[in-house]
Parts: sequence; structure tokens; C-alpha cells
Amino acid sequence: MDSLTNGIKDYATEILAVASAEMSKLKHDPSEILTRAIQPAIWLVLFGGVMSHVSGIATSNGRYLDFLAPGILAQSVLFAAIFYGIAAIWERDLGVLHRYMVSPAPRSALVLGKAFAAAVRGLSQAVVVYLLSFALGIAIDLNPLHLLAVGVLIALGSGLFSTFSLIIACIVKTRERFMGIGQVLTMPIFFASNAIYPIDIMPPWLRTISLANPLSYEVDALRALMLAGETSKFGLGVDCAVLVMIFAILVAIATRMYPRMTT
Amino acid sequence: MFISLSADIGENFRAAEPARPNDRAGQGGVSHATGTFPVETRGLSKSFDARVVVDHVDLQVREREIFGLIGPNGAGKSTLIKMLTTLLPPTSGTGRVAGYDLTREPKAVRAHIGYVPQLLSADGALTGYENLLLSARLYLIPREERAQRIQDALKLTGLDASADRLAQQYSGGMLRRLEIAQSTLHRPAVLIMDEPTVGLDPVARDIVWDHIRELRDRYGTTILITTHMMEEAGALCDRLGILHKGRLEKVGTPAELMAEIGPRATLDDVFARVVGSDAETGGDSRNVSQERRSSAAHG
Repeated sequence: MDSLTNGIKDYATEILAVASAEMSKLKHDPSEILTRAIQPAIWLVLFGGVMSHVSGIATSNGRYLDFLAPGILAQSVLFAAIFYGIAAIWERDLGVLHRYMVSPAPRSALVLGKAFAAAVRGLSQAVVVYLLSFALGIAIDLNPLHLLAVGVLIALGSGLFSTFSLIIACIVKTRERFMGIGQVLTMPIFFASNAIYPIDIMPPWLRTISLANPLSYEVDALRALMLAGETSKFGLGVDCAVLVMIFAILVAIATRMYPRMTT
Repeated sequence: MFISLSADIGENFRAAEPARPNDRAGQGGVSHATGTFPVETRGLSKSFDARVVVDHVDLQVREREIFGLIGPNGAGKSTLIKMLTTLLPPTSGTGRVAGYDLTREPKAVRAHIGYVPQLLSADGALTGYENLLLSARLYLIPREERAQRIQDALKLTGLDASADRLAQQYSGGMLRRLEIAQSTLHRPAVLIMDEPTVGLDPVARDIVWDHIRELRDRYGTTILITTHMMEEAGALCDRLGILHKGRLEKVGTPAELMAEIGPRATLDDVFARVVGSDAETGGDSRNVSQERRSSAAHG
């Protein structure tokens, strides 16, 4: 039993090794947090400001900006996470990846470490979106338990999309190709989801796609937990189960593919 | 994931005993498995499709020696190194490094070797100290020893004054020393280095050489390097192996190899004799661009 707990402890140490290196980088250059705050601000202030005056988007409390905020939170998490793939290619080109791959750390620990690192960035994004939402007078739920749950969901979503991005990086292998495909991937994930409009108003074919899109479940859960008086459409249990399951599958795939990037 | 994850954890604790970095200082660098060479391969081969890149290499590196693998670009050095560091599985043949089988115990091999790739492997966005901390954690150096090990490594490499500066501000020689420190923090039985001084000026190069010798003398580390600089091969290495077209053509001390050719022969003569006019044909643009890039990064 002792060796099992030691094994788990070692495993956690190796995940944290990767994640805390990322935190150090963020600490040395926090400007990224600020530049990344621009995009959600534009979406909330400009897009949200205009769309609030469009009637016909049926949201539960009738305020579009409230509806939009969790969607934009999920979006900024997605956009930050999707660039993990390009960072991975960059690390491979530099040689930093070799350092990870010749270490005895299990490959899944390295993949999870990257996912944790993405979660750290995702959480910094969440703080920014919460501050923006607060300034815009959005009815934020400040129940500490719900805030904690939002944190967990952000971490899960960041991990999921960054691992997805890592897999894409393993497939396309070069920065140039990744740049091209990154846009092609993030836009459909974003627009074919419930982030900026409810699923109910979509045409049936799009509804089907968005129900297969993990971002929809991330947004659904965030909407229930971030806004006061809002409930989840699919059920929080379903949201979490779907996200955890997809994350688990992606980690399993990435664990097999990541080491091959060095060759 | 749960299956692979638990398997990983299982592997982690099964390998926990040998994987624990044991302090080899003062033990004279005793091999982990007695009666074998720290690096030993039999018929080790690698093919990509039909192209044979490493061809039945029988390599034996002795305890505490600095062994240099020389050969022209495209001779198979990098592929051989990738197999010895478990980054690539062999097509055929076997190998043991630090007493562990390359294909059956890759994780144990990784736990007992250090590897300094030719490319820049320190993370420029982290400080020297943070780079070392990352390695200390990845190699599971016990928490209570981490600080001491890192301090020792910084002192040994002369980087203690620059520990809190970002690695991207380091000079080429300092980066190389940082990378060596990162790769030896867990006191590996075998240290493998790909072109350790490429792109360094003579002063920085001499410091790195001294440092490599110091590691051997102090910790009994067995060191395997690749190089294409004959000066380095002659000055630093106890024995040399010449790789050509994937085959290990010659092995011997620099003196032995030179004596074979004639009384006033140099290592360049030896190299030319083995490689002949093929010296210019190997390699590809990727090779060249990698070398240039890492020269630039280190220079």
C-alpha cells in the first residue's frame, strides 16, 4: 500500500513539475494575461452591446448580456487552450521537448502536466471575464461553492481543449500547418455551440452538431454556475460526465502520440 | 485513460526502487548491473522504410570513460543516440544502458541516464534555478534533497550568481552548462551528449570540457558524446568509435587509431581514411538547419 501511495505521490510531483514551470513563465511575463483580456472585452462590450438590442434571442431572464458572459468565458478558455498545440511544436523545435521525453516521468503525467498548465492560464482568463462581467452589471452568482465549481469547470475545459490541441499538433507537426488549422478548428467549435445563442434557435442539423460539441456542455454548466438564478439545460451531472469522459479519451490518445513528436 | 493512467502509476511504483536517483558520489561509479558495460549494444539496427540508418552496431562503452562517437553528417549518430536514450525503438538488435534493457525497461533506462540534446533544451522563459527545479521534480529527487542538489549543481557549473536570471539571457556556454547540470542532477550512471560544444567559442568550450571531465572524476559518470570536431575527439575522449553509413567501422583510443595509419598521422587522417570521399555526401538540409540553429542558439 505504501508503494502505491508513493507511486501516486510521484505521479503528482511529475504533473506539478510541468504545471509549475508554466506558472513560473506566467509570473515572469504576465503581459499575456492583459493582452488576452482584450478579446473577451470586445465580445462583451461591442458584440454584446449591440446584440442586446436584438429581440428574438430568447434567454431565460431576458438579458442577452447575461446569457453571453458565460459563453465568452468558455470562448476565452477555448482560445487560450487551443494554442497549446503550437507551444508544443515550438518546444519540439527548440529541443525542450527532448528534456521531457528523456525523463522517466510517465508520458501521461507529462500530458496531464500540460493540461494543468493550461488550466492555470484558463483560470487567469476567468478572473478577467469575471471582472469584466462585474463591471458590466451582469447578475453574477457569488456563492463560493459555485465559484469553486466554475474554477473546476474552467480547469476541465482548458485541459480538454489543450489536450485536443496537443493531439492536432502531433498530427500536423509544423507550426505553419498548425496556424492554418487552428483557425479552422476554433471557429466551428465556437459557432457550433451554445456560447452566443441558445441551441433552440438553431436549425436541426446545427443543433445535432452542437450537441456533439464539448464546448456546449462547458457553456451550459458555466451558465448555471456563473449566473444568479440560472439553471443548466442538460443537467450539471451530464455536463461534467461528458467533459470528463472526453478529456479522459483525449489524454489517452495524447499519451500515445506525444512521445512520437521527438522523432 | 483510467486504464492507462493506473498502468502508468503501477509502472511508476514498480520502477520506483531502481528509478530512485541514488547518490553515487564516492562509490566510484559502480555499475548498476555488475559484469556489464554501462553502454552495450548487440546488432543494434534502425531502418526507416527500406533505408538502413544504423546497421548492426556492437558498441561497448566502459565504466568511467569518455567515449566519442564520430562520423560525418548522416552517419547515423543521431539515430543511434535516439535509440540509446529510448526516444526511438530499434528495428532489430538489443542494447543495455546503465544496466537496463532498451526495449524492455525504457523507463528504468531513462531514470539512470542523463541526456543533453544538440538542440537547446533549457527553457529560455525560465530562470536557471527554475530549469533545475523542473528537472529535479521530473526525476523525483526527494523534496528534502532538491535544494541542496540544485545548489551543488549551480556551484559546480559556476552558475550560482546567475541562477535567478532567465535562461534566455545566458551566453551559449552558460546554457550548455545549465543543460549539463539539468541532465546530471539525478546523478545518472551514463551521460549522453549530442555535440556538446558545437557553436561555442574556444574559452566556453574549454570550460565545458573541464566540466565533463569533472563529472567523470567526481561522480564516476560514464560519458558518451557525439562530435564531428576532431580536436574535441582527441582532447576530450578516452576512446573513439567511428560511425560511417550506419556501421561502427573502428573503435580505439585516439593514439591507437592514429598509430594504425602511420607515425605522424592525425585524427583527421584517420577520419578521412575511414570515411573516404563520402564525407561530403551525408546529411540533409534538415540536419544543416538544425546544426545552424543550435549553433546560433549556443553561440
